[in-house]
Amino acid sequence: MRFGALTRSALACVGLAGLTALSGAAWAVPVKEGINFQPAATAAAEHVHSFHEMLLWIITAIVVFVAGLLLWVVVRYNAKANPVPKKFSHNTVLEVAWTVVPVLILVFISYRSFPLLYEQDVFPKEATAENTLDVKVVGHQWYWSYYYGSSEDSPGFDSNMLTEDVLKKNQITRLSVNNPLVVPQSKYVRISMTASDVIHAWAVPQFALKTDAVPGRINQMWFKVDKPGIFYGQCSELCGQAHSEMPIEVRVLPQAQYDEWFGLMKTSKQKAREYLFQVQPEPDPAAAAQTVASR
Amino acid sequence: MSTADTATTKDLHAADGHGHGAGHGHAHDDHHDHPPPKWYNPLRWMMSTNHKDIGTMYLVFALFAGIIGFTFSGLMRYELAHPGLQLFDGKHGFGGEQNYNVITTMHGLIMIFFMVMPALIGGFGNWFVPLMIGAPDMAMPRMNNISFWLMPMAFFLLCLSMFVPGAAGSNGFGGGWVLYPPLSEMGHPGPAMDLVIFSLHIAGMSSILGAINFIVTILNMRAPGMTLHKMPLFAWSVLVTAFLLVLALPVLAGALTMLLTDRNFGSKFFVPAGGGDPIMFQHLFWFFGHPEVYIMILPGFGIVSHVISTFSKKPVFGYLAMAYAMVAIGFIGFIVWAHHMYTVGMNVNLKAYFIAATMIIAVPTGIKIFSWIATMWGGSISFTVPMLWAIGFIFLFTVGGVTGVVLANAGIDHTLHDTYYVVAHFHYVLSLGAVFTLFCGWYYWFEKMWGIKYNGFIGGLHFWVTFIGSNMIFFPQHFLGLQGMPRRYVDYTPAFEHWHTWSTYGYYVTAVGTVIFLIGLAEAMIRRRKAEANPWGEAATTLEWTLPSPPPFHQFNDLPRVR
Repeated sequence: MRFGALTRSALACVGLAGLTALSGAAWAVPVKEGINFQPAATAAAEHVHSFHEMLLWIITAIVVFVAGLLLWVVVRYNAKANPVPKKFSHNTVLEVAWTVVPVLILVFISYRSFPLLYEQDVFPKEATAENTLDVKVVGHQWYWSYYYGSSEDSPGFDSNMLTEDVLKKNQITRLSVNNPLVVPQSKYVRISMTASDVIHAWAVPQFALKTDAVPGRINQMWFKVDKPGIFYGQCSELCGQAHSEMPIEVRVLPQAQYDEWFGLMKTSKQKAREYLFQVQPEPDPAAAAQTVASR
Repeated sequence: MSTADTATTKDLHAADGHGHGAGHGHAHDDHHDHPPPKWYNPLRWMMSTNHKDIGTMYLVFALFAGIIGFTFSGLMRYELAHPGLQLFDGKHGFGGEQNYNVITTMHGLIMIFFMVMPALIGGFGNWFVPLMIGAPDMAMPRMNNISFWLMPMAFFLLCLSMFVPGAAGSNGFGGGWVLYPPLSEMGHPGPAMDLVIFSLHIAGMSSILGAINFIVTILNMRAPGMTLHKMPLFAWSVLVTAFLLVLALPVLAGALTMLLTDRNFGSKFFVPAGGGDPIMFQHLFWFFGHPEVYIMILPGFGIVSHVISTFSKKPVFGYLAMAYAMVAIGFIGFIVWAHHMYTVGMNVNLKAYFIAATMIIAVPTGIKIFSWIATMWGGSISFTVPMLWAIGFIFLFTVGGVTGVVLANAGIDHTLHDTYYVVAHFHYVLSLGAVFTLFCGWYYWFEKMWGIKYNGFIGGLHFWVTFIGSNMIFFPQHFLGLQGMPRRYVDYTPAFEHWHTWSTYGYYVTAVGTVIFLIGLAEAMIRRRKAEANPWGEAATTLEWTLPSPPPFHQFNDLPRVR
């Protein structure tokens, strides 16, 4: 009903636009008039999206079915069309049917829902010490801190939103940050997160992930992105005045570039930042939008 | 119900010959009736123990609070119409960004505790539960008085909280209606949060007292012959709601008290540094909070059942299934709370349980939707104003219900949690669900309550404008949520502007609808067309239609008999 072919073509356009702009890398932001998810960047997110698409068909069918029944009774059983009301008020077969059929639909839904949940939530068995990167995320009022590794003196930095007066070309209002989280491509990234003051939530729509950063607790989540790209998210648990001003920017780099960046970061944050924006500049959102429009 | 009804009507007329039947009550039987004080006498209202007067006060109060809550949503929509700060930039007299959070918080609390609950339970419940079960009044009329009068006091405290310091450097509490610590503790050191706690404590007390009153009334004061299985569905819905209130609100009260002692007396229930756990508050809150959403919608289910049956001129389809579906919804409502907390870091198996339990609610809800349609099936439907609201409700509640099934799946909720998709979902079931049932009941019982007729054209216009406007507000919010727009954001990245602007236009349309509603009310009050005892014909079978409109100050001095 609300997402038809239009959705899919819009989605495809956005995906293609990202590909063109970043030449092989993933890049997408919320789009004007967008009506569906931002393109998935991880396998788990793809599964979320395909599950959601199935659900969308089911719920659209249900809404259309109910609307159709309502329309039918309105047309067929209005006082003009049917002056003498019938008197029945029971029909056992019907009542059993509309109890059992929804149960079957729900069983069908859970058949896909549960595996998806476990796929997202359980840290995969394939992950080993070699192909896993541990990142510690700490939420503060109102910025994020990222630390690499799991030791006491892990190197790290703070990540603040860029206000509009310091935004550089192609950076995005309220999404771009001064120091993005940088991770290598094709590695399992295990995020351990907590907060220093109130509850925050670390979320990246393109990974279909969101977990609360709770003071006094360590929550974990993981993701693995197989191609380089820039991904944005926003704090998703009300945390006070500047709740809307602590976005999340994740940069996925090829391993070699990541290693280079990591080496620089340990000595000079400034140099690391310059290197990062040199190897992975933000694509031109206007060009990307034009690509969408031209299709 | 159906079996009882025709007999009831006849019987009542026989019995009512002594009382106030059809406008020729016998004076010798009225000697124990004191005439009520005039309506302009404040003592009549302040000291009222009359269920109809108290119901009226609840409705007036809810109308007043509702207009304030609706104005707040207007401020939010105006702010969000475009990127950048429109109102909350510190230059427009609305304060800074934190005040946006205060307004969203107050909008939620006002609409839930001071609009929907007082209107549906306190207002229509007080008015019509005694009338429908053939009782002269509520079981505990004086407690009924305190139940109501606690509400304006609670509301006063809540409003006061907006004008005293909350978070550092600003007034009011802006931590969301869910009141999560630590934001409601160290995040708001000022007294605003303490006032919110007191306000909700008092509102909760009011609701618990009211709920006890309903339970006692319904279990003990039904007219002779009216077994539970013959009781009208609205009375059933209020009974189930009252049980939910009595079981859920004390849990909220406990959580609020823990917040209070954490804030003021050095306890550490929710303070991690002292060994406490903020997540425990969320569990306690949602153990109350989830039943709360059913508390808001169940009375509406009852109203819609009567309206659908009356205007289809058919008895309610599957009466017992309808009643027990509400009981089932009430019960399951208590075991699904943590689906509001999929992202807090719960054990994966626990999430799996809450997925399963949550989706099961769709089954009794589906039973209700299909039974309403089956009630209309084969009927002879007249499209009166209340019927429009009821049909509109069925459709919109279905839309809101199916997005609930989507959100029940933790795998998807991980991405949609705390986005506008959730905002759209719960406004479809509340703003377009509970509020539609509220207007449905308002137009259904308008003549009965006030003794005057409304203008059907204005009522119909009110429905259509509100239907279009509220869909325009909330349908695009699904898109925003899917795109990743988070809730409770005073400002956003420009790509989200398109649907936000649509949503704000929808608000303007709805605001016009609200003005039409008030015009309709004023028109009816000015014209004063005399009401009929039963304007809806013989399909309106419940006992309130056997009384004149408005009903006498005291009714059923001789109890009606139900066979």
